[in-house]
Amino acid sequence: MPSEVLSLVTHLEPNVVNIRPVKGWLSLDLRSLWEYRDLLYFLAWRDIKIRYKQTVIGAAWAIVQPFMTMVVFSIFFGRFVGVPSDGIPYPIFSYTALVPWIFFANSLTQSSNSLIGNAHLISKVYFPRLVIPLSSVLSGVIDFLIAFAVLVGMMLYYGIIPTATIIWLPLMLLLAWVTSMGIGLWLSALNVKYRDVRHIVPFLTQLWLFATPVAYPSSLISEPWKTVYGLNPMVGVVEGFRWVLLGAPRPSAPMILISSLIALTLLVTGAFYFRRVEQTFADIV
Amino acid sequence: MSDLVIHAEHLSKRYYLGEGGRGLFTYKCLRDTVSDILSAPLRWFRNPRSPIFNQNSDNMIWALKDVSFQLKRGEIVGIIGRNGSGKSTLLKILSRITPPTEGCAKIRGRIGALLEVGTGFHPELTGRENIFLNATILGMKKREIERKFDEIVDFAEIEKFIDTPVKHYSSGMYVRLAFAVAAHLEPEILIVDEVLAVGDANFQKKCLNKMQDAGQKGRTVIFVSHNMPAITRLCERVILLDEGKVIKDGSSHQVVKAYLGSGLGTTAVREWPDLNKAPGNDVVRLCAVRVRLENGQISDAVDIRRPVGIEVEYQVLKAGCAFAPSLHFTNEEGVYVFVAGDCDLFWRKNPRATGRYISVAWIPGNLLSEGSLIVGVAISTGNATVTHVYERDVVAFQVIDRLEGDSARGDYAGPVPGVVRPLLPWTTKFSPDHSELPLELKSN
Repeated sequence: MPSEVLSLVTHLEPNVVNIRPVKGWLSLDLRSLWEYRDLLYFLAWRDIKIRYKQTVIGAAWAIVQPFMTMVVFSIFFGRFVGVPSDGIPYPIFSYTALVPWIFFANSLTQSSNSLIGNAHLISKVYFPRLVIPLSSVLSGVIDFLIAFAVLVGMMLYYGIIPTATIIWLPLMLLLAWVTSMGIGLWLSALNVKYRDVRHIVPFLTQLWLFATPVAYPSSLISEPWKTVYGLNPMVGVVEGFRWVLLGAPRPSAPMILISSLIALTLLVTGAFYFRRVEQTFADIV
Repeated sequence: MSDLVIHAEHLSKRYYLGEGGRGLFTYKCLRDTVSDILSAPLRWFRNPRSPIFNQNSDNMIWALKDVSFQLKRGEIVGIIGRNGSGKSTLLKILSRITPPTEGCAKIRGRIGALLEVGTGFHPELTGRENIFLNATILGMKKREIERKFDEIVDFAEIEKFIDTPVKHYSSGMYVRLAFAVAAHLEPEILIVDEVLAVGDANFQKKCLNKMQDAGQKGRTVIFVSHNMPAITRLCERVILLDEGKVIKDGSSHQVVKAYLGSGLGTTAVREWPDLNKAPGNDVVRLCAVRVRLENGQISDAVDIRRPVGIEVEYQVLKAGCAFAPSLHFTNEEGVYVFVAGDCDLFWRKNPRATGRYISVAWIPGNLLSEGSLIVGVAISTGNATVTHVYERDVVAFQVIDRLEGDSARGDYAGPVPGVVRPLLPWTTKFSPDHSELPLELKSN
């Protein structure tokens, strides 16, 4: 009896896969992505595990990178050049920006190489390809959290107590993730066909660092340009982080809005572009 | 109907080649390079003058052309064909790795594709970690893996090393673990590509049994292999592909026979009626090569217990040169089985007069293993200092074990490894008290 019911169910809902040539834009197929959430988890877990295997200090590397950059910035920009920091001690001023920045920069590097690095999977097994860049950005979240814990320690050290604006923190985290993911999707998909991307990424992140108020405050830039400046979604992220955590001046609403819109646009177009070209990955990767 | 699990119609896949230029590749070379191109086409894509910007029929190839077939639930189907015939492309399309250029396929049920053993295995991770990683890559859920975990470890026989990084595994252990994961996938449709080429014989048998079980449980299996004995043992139906097209689709024995007869471009007999086009030089040219049974009949199938003769017919065009023919045997997997030259000193050392010669070499029965053998022919002077003729893959024949119990496999019906299978004289002496056995027998 139960088996009959079962076969009836499979009759009503035949698990049919249609294989046919694909042309043009495809839906994101988030349902099958959800089906493969375990794979997303295990791939991210593998990336983290491998990253710190056979290293002496292990996950402490996640701290070293932003922390040492902060030290260098503090010495050169903070001490020698005397870059203003909106009345906030320069070390924590730059470190607060470096935490999301390094998450972003690493996400770009990791996700742009993710499809090439997993070529052996792509050419041998079917699964929603979006899992790969998603998992590589996801694996960076752990590093972000470790670096963030240090930030909390530094805030205690400098006696900075966040105000009620802290409730906006999740939104800022989301904005950081959306920005990283959006650019990551574009770069990962482009890198399969145009390996030039691999050479562009280090250069790109370097330039982008200067176009983002990491080492300096955006208050150095005056208004008409400030909104244009917001076209760089990382400006919104960095300014937002300083605002919600350090009580820095609230970034202008149009700037945050523009940053968010740009980030969302990048994510959505990136995902659709990825889906459009993913069918060719197995043939050219 | 619901009994139909795969319905493929006019599946075609086109790939672009390039760079090589028209004059460089003969058609045959082109065919040989297809597999390279399939694995690394980016090289062609990256070149700004690559055919992707200049698509014309000269630099594209149909890796698959107009392939249609239907598969019913529970069928175990073998797909055979030489390298570059489109087997792998077909599997990649069916397992949704790459879309077809034309045509469509309807697949009913969960697909498990095993195009490689241990996809996604990471050497730094332990056996336990790799089981989870590999199984999720193959499409299993975490909970499902936890449930089957012990069974997988048991099947792989690696309990002791489950927490050791797999980079410290022997290749046998690695393959066992990888296949164990795959064997527990339990999809409704299992697609397997040549994975049995690895692993030791016992384990291969275990895998074959597991696949046979799969078929009996109503699971559909598509199995690609070069291992003809395994194909005939496992599959009732075989599809033969060549140059991307279905050449034959029918009962496994029929199709395998057709493949071994013609698919390799070789048969039990090969003749060059036009001496000018025959392989060789101005001293000697090959005229014909034939595979003969003891009764003189030409045949591409020989009983494993009976001798088989390879007959080489050649024309000496210039007198005064001494040489001898030799035969080069390889099996389906490309393993060099042996070389046999004519050692008769009279023919070897004495200069030959012009005219037609026929040399026959007899391979005794109960020597070769079952499966197909591909024969190459050379004619050379001295110790191969001058090679007048060297022609690979001239003829091919299949050694068949009829399982009648008097071949070297005895009454054992499973796969027997090895490129030779001699029937050895065994002696056994019995004594209730071992001291009565003659000493020399004990040490032997």
